[in-house]
Amino acid sequence: MPAFLLFTVLTAIRILSRNRLRAGLTMLGIVIGVGAVIAMVSIGEGAKAAVAKRVATMGTNVIMVLPGSMTTSGVRGGQGGAVTLTISDGMELKKRIPMLSEVGWGKRDTMQIINGNKNWSGLVNGISPSYLTIRDWSFSSGGAFTQQDVDTADRVALVGQTVVENLFDVGEEPVGAVIRIKNVPFRVIGVLSPKGQSSQGSDQDDIIFIPFSTAERKVFGTQFLGSVGALFASTERLEDLTPAAAQIRDVIRTRHRLQPDQEDDFTIRTQVDIGKVQESTSETLTVMLFAIASVSLLVGGIGIMNILLVSVTERTREIGVRMAVGAKRRHIVMQFLIEAVTLSVVGGCLGILVGILGARVTTAIAGWPTIISAETVMAAFVFSIAVGLFFGLYPANKASRLNPIDALRYE
Amino acid sequence: MAALIRCEDLWKIYRLGDVEVQALRGLNLSIASGEFVAIMGSSGSGKSTLMNILGCLDQPTRGRYWLNDVDAAGLRADQLADIRNRQIGFVFQNFNLIPRTSALENAQLPLFYRGVSLREQRALATAALCRVGLQGREGHYPTQLSGGQQQRVAIARALVTEPSLLLADEPTGNLDTESSREIMAILDQLNKEQGITIILVTHETDIAAYAEREIVIKDGRVLTDRHTRLAVPLSRPEV
Ligand SMILES: Nc1ncnc2c1ncn2[C@@H]1O[C@H](COP(=O)(O)OP(=O)(O)O)[C@@H](O)[C@H]1O
Ligand SMILES: [Mg+2]
Repeated sequence: MPAFLLFTVLTAIRILSRNRLRAGLTMLGIVIGVGAVIAMVSIGEGAKAAVAKRVATMGTNVIMVLPGSMTTSGVRGGQGGAVTLTISDGMELKKRIPMLSEVGWGKRDTMQIINGNKNWSGLVNGISPSYLTIRDWSFSSGGAFTQQDVDTADRVALVGQTVVENLFDVGEEPVGAVIRIKNVPFRVIGVLSPKGQSSQGSDQDDIIFIPFSTAERKVFGTQFLGSVGALFASTERLEDLTPAAAQIRDVIRTRHRLQPDQEDDFTIRTQVDIGKVQESTSETLTVMLFAIASVSLLVGGIGIMNILLVSVTERTREIGVRMAVGAKRRHIVMQFLIEAVTLSVVGGCLGILVGILGARVTTAIAGWPTIISAETVMAAFVFSIAVGLFFGLYPANKASRLNPIDALRYE
Repeated sequence: MAALIRCEDLWKIYRLGDVEVQALRGLNLSIASGEFVAIMGSSGSGKSTLMNILGCLDQPTRGRYWLNDVDAAGLRADQLADIRNRQIGFVFQNFNLIPRTSALENAQLPLFYRGVSLREQRALATAALCRVGLQGREGHYPTQLSGGQQQRVAIARALVTEPSLLLADEPTGNLDTESSREIMAILDQLNKEQGITIILVTHETDIAAYAEREIVIKDGRVLTDRHTRLAVPLSRPEV
């Protein structure tokens, strides 16, 4: 049997290469189909990976509590909610919910920042030291401020990469420099490692962190002391994220004395929720891809079936001769199936090459990240075989059912 | 001698729309192993129809056909394929070689379906081509061979499996006199030296003269059946 298979494959290749143009046109459907799928999957996976990376920049197992209720459209309510969250809410969470490993808070505003003759309008965020731990910020030089800095409302600042680029000359050391935020002098004690874009697409490195107390008293001029822009918490384990979020909701509702019929005056977002939103986008993409793949492979498969039916008709006498010298039905079936699979696999491999090329070109021209995984390529390959088998079956079966003498006498 | 072939009341009826063609009408026949039989008869008398049934390529409408005491009617398609592969060699008037395929690969074909190793296929097919005088032509395609050479490839293909029965339906019908003689010499040698039973359809009396028995068919029935040993020409060509 292996000799038979080998020989049949060689014969199939020979027969197909005799009719190169026809074989090529037949394969075109598969080539385009597989190529399109490979290219689009790689673009989709690239986008997904990029989004996942951005979600990961939030930190590890992060829960965010924002003031204001969520309207039905999913947008947070405006001004009214601005003062609903306070430091005491945060401290209460820390005290009541042991599942939370860290609780932190921040309040931010865009401010004018000056260094020498350079100035930059950047986002200034007054934070509790734990915020840096929760959001996984690290330092490229210098280090974080401490609780003591917060207690004494020290004028120290941590600067992000974008701020460094806009406020300092190349080669100038930011750590130790004194910058002015709303004319208040701050000593830079750390430069943050870059994080890149957030999952919403904003530049996370355009940031200056200062102690929360300092921000409140010396920069923002808050009327309502203790109000925060957002609370942040984190858990040790990913599984705790959702239960912890539920507990946070209970604690804050109690503290805010909300009646059961009243809506939350705050909004909780976990990292899992944010990831899910992104996932659903990629799911839509997957469904679309599946549709494209099905249609193109169907077209390609029908092309193969068509050409095989033509081939069976053209080679009816040959089939008769083969039967006359002892070919059994399964031999004839195998011969045409192998021809079909050879067509579809060669088409599939060309399609894979075209797809990889397409992905590369997309990255080069549009700058989109693309990922070509071994699984995608394998799946495309296996699918090509399946298409060949499926659409080859009918012509092969038809050929094998010929009566030897009728086939021999076919004109 | 046990009968290799036995036909009893064979009928073959073709239906073409409303028209019914009775190609065989109750034909009876018995051929022993080792015989060299010529079947003659006018065009349309049913010779090819009979040969196709004897070769297990076709089935009779009615009647029985035993090959080696096996009733062909009771066999499944795969079993018939096996019989064609192992016991029967068929030579056609129009050669029926597979186009764009070398002489060697054509001759290999029956062994290929028998599941013999590639190396053995090559060796046996080369030997068979050699036996029909085609050494050195193994790589030639049918279009690069003369009619006589093509028919010799077809004979090599028929005998590569060492069949007990060789059926030749007008094997020299498309050939010139010289090629015809060569082909007949090969068939004669196969019958004499290897004892292969040969049934040959022909129109030409000088071709039929190679056989020991001559059966004339008319309107789908045996008209005459006689032994012609004495009719063998004195100047039989040497191989
Ligand atoms: N496949 C077929 N369909 C219909 N009629 C056929 C077929 N094959 C043969 N015949 C008819 O059967 C008769 C015998 O044909 P055949 O056996 O080929 O004759 P021979 O070989 O003696 O010339 C002829 O009348 C022919 O037309
Ligand atoms: Mg005939």
